[in-house]
Amino acid sequence: METIESIRPLLAVLVTLIGALLIIFTGERHRNLREFWTLLVSVLKFIIVISMVPFVLEGQVLEYTVITLTQGVSLQFRVDPFGMFFGVLASALWIATSVYSIGYVRGLNEHAQTRYFFNFALCLSATMGIAFAGNLLTLFIFYEILTVATYPLVAHKETEDAIMGGRKYLAYTLIAGVVILFSIIFVYTLTGTLDFKPGGFLLGSGSSATLIFLFALLILGFGVKAALMPMHEWLPTAMVAPTPVSALLHAVAVVKAGVFGCLRIILYVFGPELLHSLNLWLILAYFAAFTVIVSGMYALAQDNLKRRLAFSTINNLAIIVMGAALLTPSAITGSIFHMASHGFMKITLFFVAGAIYVKTHKENVSELDGLGRQMPLTMGAFAIGAMGIAGTPPVCGFISKWYLAMGSLEAKEVIFLLVLLVSALLDVAYFFPIIYNAFFKSPQEDVNPHFDEAPARMVLPLLITAIISLILGIFPNAFFHFFNIASLAAEKILGGM
Amino acid sequence: MFDFILSKYNYWIYIILMMIGFYAMIGKKNLVKKIIGINIFQTAIILFFISTAAKRGGTLPIVEHAHGHGIHHIHAASYINPLPHVLMLTAIVVMVSTLGVALAIVIAIYRRYNTLEEDEILEQRKWSRSPLF
Amino acid sequence: MVPQSPVLVVVIPLICAFLTLLFGWWRKGLCYPITLVSLSSSFLASLHTLHAVITTGTIHYHLGNWEPPWGIEYVVDHLNAFVLAIVSFVSLVVAISSKRSVEQELPEKIVYFYCVFLLQVTGLLGIVVTGDMFNLYVFLEIASLAGYALIAIGEDGAPFASFNYLIFGTIGACFYLLGVGYLYVISGSLNMADLSQILPGLYQSKVVLVAFAFFMVGVSLKMALFPLHVWLPDAYTYAPSTVSALLAPLMTKVGAYVMIRVMFTVFKPYFSIELIPVTAVLSWMAAGAILFGAVMALAQIDLKRMLTYILVSEVGYIALGVGLANRQGLTGAILHILNDSFMMLALFLVVGAVMYRSGEREIPQLRYLHRRMPFTMAAFVIAALSVIGIPPTCGFFSKWYLILGAIAASQWVFVAVLLISSLLNVILFFRVIEHAYLEPHEEHASGGLELAIATEEAPLSMLIPTLIATAGIMVFGVLSGKIISTIIQFAVPTSF
Repeated sequence: METIESIRPLLAVLVTLIGALLIIFTGERHRNLREFWTLLVSVLKFIIVISMVPFVLEGQVLEYTVITLTQGVSLQFRVDPFGMFFGVLASALWIATSVYSIGYVRGLNEHAQTRYFFNFALCLSATMGIAFAGNLLTLFIFYEILTVATYPLVAHKETEDAIMGGRKYLAYTLIAGVVILFSIIFVYTLTGTLDFKPGGFLLGSGSSATLIFLFALLILGFGVKAALMPMHEWLPTAMVAPTPVSALLHAVAVVKAGVFGCLRIILYVFGPELLHSLNLWLILAYFAAFTVIVSGMYALAQDNLKRRLAFSTINNLAIIVMGAALLTPSAITGSIFHMASHGFMKITLFFVAGAIYVKTHKENVSELDGLGRQMPLTMGAFAIGAMGIAGTPPVCGFISKWYLAMGSLEAKEVIFLLVLLVSALLDVAYFFPIIYNAFFKSPQEDVNPHFDEAPARMVLPLLITAIISLILGIFPNAFFHFFNIASLAAEKILGGM
Repeated sequence: MFDFILSKYNYWIYIILMMIGFYAMIGKKNLVKKIIGINIFQTAIILFFISTAAKRGGTLPIVEHAHGHGIHHIHAASYINPLPHVLMLTAIVVMVSTLGVALAIVIAIYRRYNTLEEDEILEQRKWSRSPLF
Repeated sequence: MVPQSPVLVVVIPLICAFLTLLFGWWRKGLCYPITLVSLSSSFLASLHTLHAVITTGTIHYHLGNWEPPWGIEYVVDHLNAFVLAIVSFVSLVVAISSKRSVEQELPEKIVYFYCVFLLQVTGLLGIVVTGDMFNLYVFLEIASLAGYALIAIGEDGAPFASFNYLIFGTIGACFYLLGVGYLYVISGSLNMADLSQILPGLYQSKVVLVAFAFFMVGVSLKMALFPLHVWLPDAYTYAPSTVSALLAPLMTKVGAYVMIRVMFTVFKPYFSIELIPVTAVLSWMAAGAILFGAVMALAQIDLKRMLTYILVSEVGYIALGVGLANRQGLTGAILHILNDSFMMLALFLVVGAVMYRSGEREIPQLRYLHRRMPFTMAAFVIAALSVIGIPPTCGFFSKWYLILGAIAASQWVFVAVLLISSLLNVILFFRVIEHAYLEPHEEHASGGLELAIATEEAPLSMLIPTLIATAGIMVFGVLSGKIISTIIQFAVPTSF
């Protein structure tokens, strides 16, 4: 595995940072120019990120050190397969979200649009920083920047509920930040380094009790953003944000960053060997499995569409963590791939929720009867996304669930296979009625029985993400070589012990 | 015991004076009395320094006819120590400046509140508790 | 290298103080330029000194060419030079921003203001650069007296607050003087380097112990270390905006510097750590300061008063770093001197700008501030993030080292205190940020109905210093590693 020095990861982070500054200086008066910046930088970023894929596929690692922060730790970017995966996912989805945002924000004539797009761009920079971070400290720095940049987005509507939601979000994430900080410093005192290594670097650095304690703290800390129960409470409350923000939070940035952090801890800091010797993998897997089942049940009880989707997200994130905890090749591959497949599917679902809201101002599942007549494209995309989440071929969700199931068999713990099956059943239970009601029930009074879709700027992205979900389901390596990157990452982790 | 007090009488005097000044600074309510307390406090310290300079049988530290006559041998032990005196000249200047600034501030306070009693001032400032929290 | 640069740093503001008085009588408008010129020269001299110390090592300057210990000596080592550069830069930035606010708040006292301002800066610079104990007392009193005067010309309540500060400050300075006296009695020397040679043989003597005790209490009073901080909130709240912006970042940090000097240079570290467990006591008081400051700040409605309590908390951080008595802790403390100066500078400049434009300081009245003064509020947000400790601002890095030091000393209580204080700071600052940025809307508030609130940003002469301070916060954060490896590493005594 060779290491190449390349400034591309830094550029990827900086592009949107410069974009953010351009946005805030362009302001409200030149809104089209401002929107142009948003789209331009997201496309530029995607191109820079994609340009690094060939290197990673050959097994090389791109590295760039910015400055030494303290003895043994620098602000360093390192693009390894896992980081590459997240980077490609985030930047691809971002383009879709940007287009959708513009449509949504203009469709509702929202206030404070410049602030919205400014923070949007900042979030993307922070996410890239997280994806390409080479050590725990760099990850933490961008993690906290992400927290600060997403707060104004969560509290965007500035109503009582929004402000409260923002406060809760901040409370959860900053307390988590403090816990993570303590753990990082502790790791540093134990080993003197914080660099990620596939297979972990903490083996033999401390007593079992210390390591178990550290692991618990780190998972709890990163688990807040990853919405593992019982730290999940902020997520449904944050649904008060505008839908593109929810789409962002739930498919792309915040929660995926949390899961990414968790996986980095499990696979690159502690590593399979250490976790096996401490038997922590089984405990973590059970912990995640608990979230999977309980969140599925919660989702059944929600009438608000976005809240239902929120619990579905919690469900899927826990599946990702559970898969990683199983520590077998298929499980890790499936878990990483599920980050992408869930990303595309869930963003489709959220886009649909937003489109419904913009067009009809409806928020609840019970109000969606017959909507399929009015908005067939939108609800069709919803159907694809929902089927995928439940694990139905040919949508990409099937592939990740398949690998996860194989992984639990490889780990010789059948119970997790059962958990996956139960969760799939629950998915069907809370998504299928929506699809059925939309297409097969007679419309309510305020539904237009003729074709009357949401604005094109919103329908187009959701169609695209739905179609991508389909294509990824049939050709997992389409466009972005997702599957190859994921399995490469798994190989490195388990092979580099 | 008696001997212990008598032989170090200069320290006892300065400490008692200092404590009187300290008490006045903190315990008295009238602002001018506080200022007098500051003065006594600082004077006590000056006395302490000076007292450490004194020597039994020492004379003033001035060398007679020393100008232009080359270096004389000086038996340092027979002169009292001039350095603390010099330091205390500076300290006296500081003391006087502090006195000046304090009195100027007190004049401003008097113009505003028409009283020099701390409790009345606090009343006027509608604090139910002293600023010393 | 200019051999006189350590002295020039102090002498230029001193002379210009009187020049200001002189020229000011002739023409009032000249005061501001003279102040700027003198502080810029002083800053250049201090940079030059810093550079010289980094390249060649400790500088000794003998005033009047008298050899120490008979003459007064200026000794500039890494710690010194570092604090010197900070003090001169911060005072320059404050001076730049002072023009408008002084004209608004103290129109008929401009000449005297600038004269005393320069004297204050002289005092602060002198404290930092000198190597003689009594000389330090002299400069300490110059700084303090100028401070009492500057604070007393503030708004209603200022003279009384200043009088209180005067009482406390005099006690502090006099205790310091007593300490010097006792040390002189037993050692016959006033020179810091000389004392550090003579004293080790005398550590068992009660005179030395008493001297140390007097030093500690005196300096704690000056530094506003809990529980001797009582004078600080009132004094800094009622002072004029410029004065708060000058004193808040500097006075307490210079006090902390004196404490580090006395504890680790004059008295060897072994004395302060093992012989008398002063550092243990100090660290507990510091922990108290951190929590007390944060909690009291929660109760404040006045923004400026809230900031003064945060200052008390920040002093606690520095004292905690000193009290942990290991390399990482002391590194964190010295780094925090830099970081806190810039954080407090930015925060108080923001408050000054807000006062200048709207005359209001209470948090509920800060509504719509992000529209009226967008850049100022942006600076506030970044400074707030730094106090909370969010990377990559500088505040994060001092917290990093302090927590490292606490873990290295196995003091888990202090780790908890440091982490909890971050969370308390979050509540404190987001309270203000929410008021300033978020305006309660009804549901479905369609845009376009945005109230027509004009942008009334602070004047450039106030805005640019604020932005410089904010830029410093971000830049010093990222450069922390460099700063530590070139300067602070050598400022920490080698026995750690």
